[in-house]
Amino acid sequence: MTNQIVQGILLGGYYALIACGLSFMFSVMRIINLAHGSLAILSAFALWLLASRFHISPFLGLAIVLPLMAVIGWALQRFLLERSARGGALLPILTTFGLAIVIDNVLFEQFGADTRSLAPFIGSLSYDSWEWPGSIYVGKLAVIIFVTAVVLLGGLQLFLTRTGLGRSIRATSEDPDTAGLVGVDARRANALAAAIAMVTVGLAGAFLGMRATFDPYAGATQLLFAFEAAVIGGAGSLWGTLVGGIVLALAQTLGAKIHPQGFLIGGHVAFLIVLFIRLSTSGIGLRGLLHLPTGKTP
Amino acid sequence: MSLLSVEDLVVRHGLLQAVRGVTFSIERGETLALVGANGAGKTTLLRAIAGAHQATSGRVVFDGADLSGVPSHERVRKGVALVPEGRRLFVQMTVEENLLLGRTAGRPGDWSVERVLETFPNLKPRRHAKAGHLSGGEQQATAIGRALMSNPDLLLLDEVSLGLSPLVVDRVYASLQGLISSGTTIVLVEQDLNRALSVSNKVICMLEGRVALAGDSKNVSRDEVTKAYFGLHRKAAGGVPA
Repeated sequence: MTNQIVQGILLGGYYALIACGLSFMFSVMRIINLAHGSLAILSAFALWLLASRFHISPFLGLAIVLPLMAVIGWALQRFLLERSARGGALLPILTTFGLAIVIDNVLFEQFGADTRSLAPFIGSLSYDSWEWPGSIYVGKLAVIIFVTAVVLLGGLQLFLTRTGLGRSIRATSEDPDTAGLVGVDARRANALAAAIAMVTVGLAGAFLGMRATFDPYAGATQLLFAFEAAVIGGAGSLWGTLVGGIVLALAQTLGAKIHPQGFLIGGHVAFLIVLFIRLSTSGIGLRGLLHLPTGKTP
Repeated sequence: MSLLSVEDLVVRHGLLQAVRGVTFSIERGETLALVGANGAGKTTLLRAIAGAHQATSGRVVFDGADLSGVPSHERVRKGVALVPEGRRLFVQMTVEENLLLGRTAGRPGDWSVERVLETFPNLKPRRHAKAGHLSGGEQQATAIGRALMSNPDLLLLDEVSLGLSPLVVDRVYASLQGLISSGTTIVLVEQDLNRALSVSNKVICMLEGRVALAGDSKNVSRDEVTKAYFGLHRKAAGGVPA
């Protein structure tokens, strides 16, 4: 059981990493990016291309792919999301849904339906492990991913609270009109936030490719995990995202222990329980969410 | 050359014309009080000068430069700072963070967090408190301090006394008096007529989006302003009826 808890916590690091960008974009721009998973897969394919065609290690490839992802995030915000956000809250969701379909199909067109992995390009790191007391084996890659997630979340927290740019992003997320009145260029702050979010997506895609396999249509599953972790952790909270990732991973691990096919179900059940508690405590309730009459007489 | 010239400015809220052809100017170091009943267009006029509302027609010329089409954050860089009605602080951020945001424009000048805390001593013990947890007076002081941190050439103050107790208003105005004495150019929207006339060099009374009365504060009587305020003004000795 201890072994499964440890593995669950380490897997939670990956979920926190993939949820981080989703949560960040939602908290700053109030946009739910449904292309999140597909963009992570795009990053994984870019690294695979660099590794298989140009023999560039995925870790070195990050030096090329992450800036590229930042540019994609910036352009996405300036030319797509910003414009669609003017049409109301629903339009950006539909736009990113459409974007996900476009990315998935372009990847399919270019790379076919075969599953790929970055594992062959990182030597023995994908299966190497350390033995801890109590015959617990922890994967080196899993530890690297977890540490990266903690460092990234901590770094983002420091960036948002200790730097002028971070404060500008927080001010824009709280009140973009007033942010403009104190000298903050809200468009620039949003574009910068999107660029940062895409860097985290790129990193998550890289680690997904190293620890597992991926194909052009794997984005939807990654989006689901990111969404569940973000909601469990309280969308918009960085450290909450880490907690959400760990809770999701532990629930999946527990589900797998109960039943061989319980891995995904365990995560979904945890997500639904947390969602139900949040709705109950927020005063909205399921009836409110579904726009059902409350049954109260006036 | 005037520091600020507003020329035949028209601002709409949808179909409603909130500001109708307002023209006035203010010299460097002057304090202009904008008075008028609720809905007279004072706040809209101030927000249009700050760039928060786009003007339908007319011009805002600041320090010789036409600000038409210039977004609000660029206007802060040029030296225009607004303390908005209702304070509009970033409530999730601390007092210090709110003040530091005022530095975003990067204008050179003497204002620092320390100087703001000296100007508004009531903020000193609240430096690391979330803005949402402050009292009304502390919030107003933070909002004014945040605007000052951009080292503005022109400070626009929208109803700084709104919702505050008389004692707190006295304290805020005592701090403002220091700013006025130091030569800061101020346009002030104020409901309290006595206070508006006592701190300003010039006064403009607005009615239904237009300038109903304009003149030097010392030459305009309270009675004249009151008449203009309620639309009873016809012709007055001190002021210039519009």
